[in-house]
Amino acid sequence: MATLIAPSNHSPQADAEALRKSFEGWGTDEKAIIVILGHRTVYQRQQIRRAYEEIYQEDLVKRLESEIKGDFEKTVYRWILEPADRDAVLANVAIKSGKNYNVIVEIATILSPEELFAVRRAYLHRYKHSLEEDVAAHTSGHIRQLLVGLVTSFRYVGEEINPKLAQTEAEILHDAVKEKKGSYEEAIRVLTTRSKTQLVATFNRYREIHRTSISKKLVDEESDDFQKALYTTIRAINDHIKYYEKVIRNAIKKVGTDEDAVTRVIVSRAEKDLKLISDVYYKRNSVNLEHAVAKETSGDYKKFLLTLLGKEE
Amino acid sequence: MAFNQELEALTKAFSGHGVDEKSLVTILGKWDPLERESFRKNTPHSFIEDHERHFQRWDDHYVRLLKHEFVRFKNAVVLWTMHPWERDARLVKEALKKGPSAYGVLVEVACTRSSEELLGARKAYHSLFDHSIEEDVASHIHGIERKLLVALVSAYRYEGTKVKDETAKSEAKILSNAIKNVHKKPINEDDEVIRILATRSNKHLRAVYKHYKEIAGKNLDEDLDDLRFKETVQCLCTPQIYFSKVLNAALRIDVDKNTKKSLTRVIVTRADIDIKDIKTEYHNLYGVSLPQNIEEVARGNYKDFLLNLIARG
Repeated sequence: MATLIAPSNHSPQADAEALRKSFEGWGTDEKAIIVILGHRTVYQRQQIRRAYEEIYQEDLVKRLESEIKGDFEKTVYRWILEPADRDAVLANVAIKSGKNYNVIVEIATILSPEELFAVRRAYLHRYKHSLEEDVAAHTSGHIRQLLVGLVTSFRYVGEEINPKLAQTEAEILHDAVKEKKGSYEEAIRVLTTRSKTQLVATFNRYREIHRTSISKKLVDEESDDFQKALYTTIRAINDHIKYYEKVIRNAIKKVGTDEDAVTRVIVSRAEKDLKLISDVYYKRNSVNLEHAVAKETSGDYKKFLLTLLGKEE
Repeated sequence: MAFNQELEALTKAFSGHGVDEKSLVTILGKWDPLERESFRKNTPHSFIEDHERHFQRWDDHYVRLLKHEFVRFKNAVVLWTMHPWERDARLVKEALKKGPSAYGVLVEVACTRSSEELLGARKAYHSLFDHSIEEDVASHIHGIERKLLVALVSAYRYEGTKVKDETAKSEAKILSNAIKNVHKKPINEDDEVIRILATRSNKHLRAVYKHYKEIAGKNLDEDLDDLRFKETVQCLCTPQIYFSKVLNAALRIDVDKNTKKSLTRVIVTRADIDIKDIKTEYHNLYGVSLPQNIEEVARGNYKDFLLNLIARG
């Protein structure tokens, strides 16, 4: 369930012209940018980019980058890129900074296998390296094995479950992840190659055997990058709606707010299932996600986020 | 033709790769019972003389081998008409079933196909076998070869021309050090070696190959003792040499079943790609032309079919 509100028809030319107008004169008319781009689907946004290029022989993205600033600019930039391209950029940022490996895990596990391949293609196009090449060159040890395995996966998509396999692999995960014995390599093999349906069955079997969910108490303050990424992998595959709710809840709660995380969740899910995430948020926090975001953010950045959240003017 | 000549011709018709259907029809088809008895008595490796009861019976094992030879043409036809994606998916599946002696085929498929062709094979694998390639490779292979093979089948390499020579040089050094230290750390446990071979682009790896030769004085594949790693480097850096070697091994008399099959596999999979270059390399290495070798060792429709496929290049 998406939160984005967009008209069923629009004129890319008229939108391009309106955006051009918003750049002219003194300063920039941010409101126009928000009202137009905040109400267009991914397909419509790409049409606007093409129309703008055709009419003005200029790259709309580059122009926007020069016209607006700060968190607002970051958000609009992520919103206007094609999703695969955007995720390639986010992955590259995560790789180069060496932090936020969970972003890479999200891309690799929550997108469909075809969507992940589109990201890999976009990454090749942008950076002249393969995604796995860069991940591998910037990491080592277990975290490398896990991340490379995740980004190179092309999981089978199907409803079949092998219950015996779910049993044996639940045990493999238990040994490696909870008991910290056994081999991480086997756990990584299971998590990076099995279909999502099979993995969910495995996690359920785990819960039946051990009376507790596999991700409970998997991480604490002393967890290293690998353990955190392992935790993210399991949670994102098991229930990505709950996972995203937690990401955005923590991002908002944090002193100073983690704008990057808030932006990432809203921009990447507004056309997919942000409504479901928002519902879970309300159930858990008794506060509307819109209100929480409105409280912790400000300015054009806030207005844009609220527009993507489906807030009517 | 005198009977002795006919005997010779018929023996020849049954020996080699495939069978000479025409000779069987014209010669065998006109022989009377005495001539056929003479044939049985004169080919002791195909027939067993029962001295007690005075008759000669077919050697069962030989009849089974004969079946393979009759069907060699049919297999070539089926493989040739198959979609390349299905072909590669089936080759992988078959190799996994056969076991470690056939894992070279996994390396061959993963390292000599373009990135999009390998993706296609992964898609076809989903469709045919309801599993992902990496899932099956990872769960069937438990030994030291697993890490390399899973990484190879999951690759989606950059295919452009951009290469950072500095990086290629330093990675040649990494490989050289790893090879010098194999007694301390076996090559298939060296994550850096696997990273370089499984993620870098072909162009990059050829630069690494060149720098390695400058540092170590020998070719990279010559210095690698592990067969899979050797094949990996050969397939990625010198594919025509690799394929020439495989063909030459297959074209010997009295080779095992699997080696024999590689003749069909290589010719069918390379006829549209680089068979011309392979022919040139074959001549360089062995001083004899590939068509000539095939003429000597293959028979009948199978032979004619292969020669036709090669002549297209």
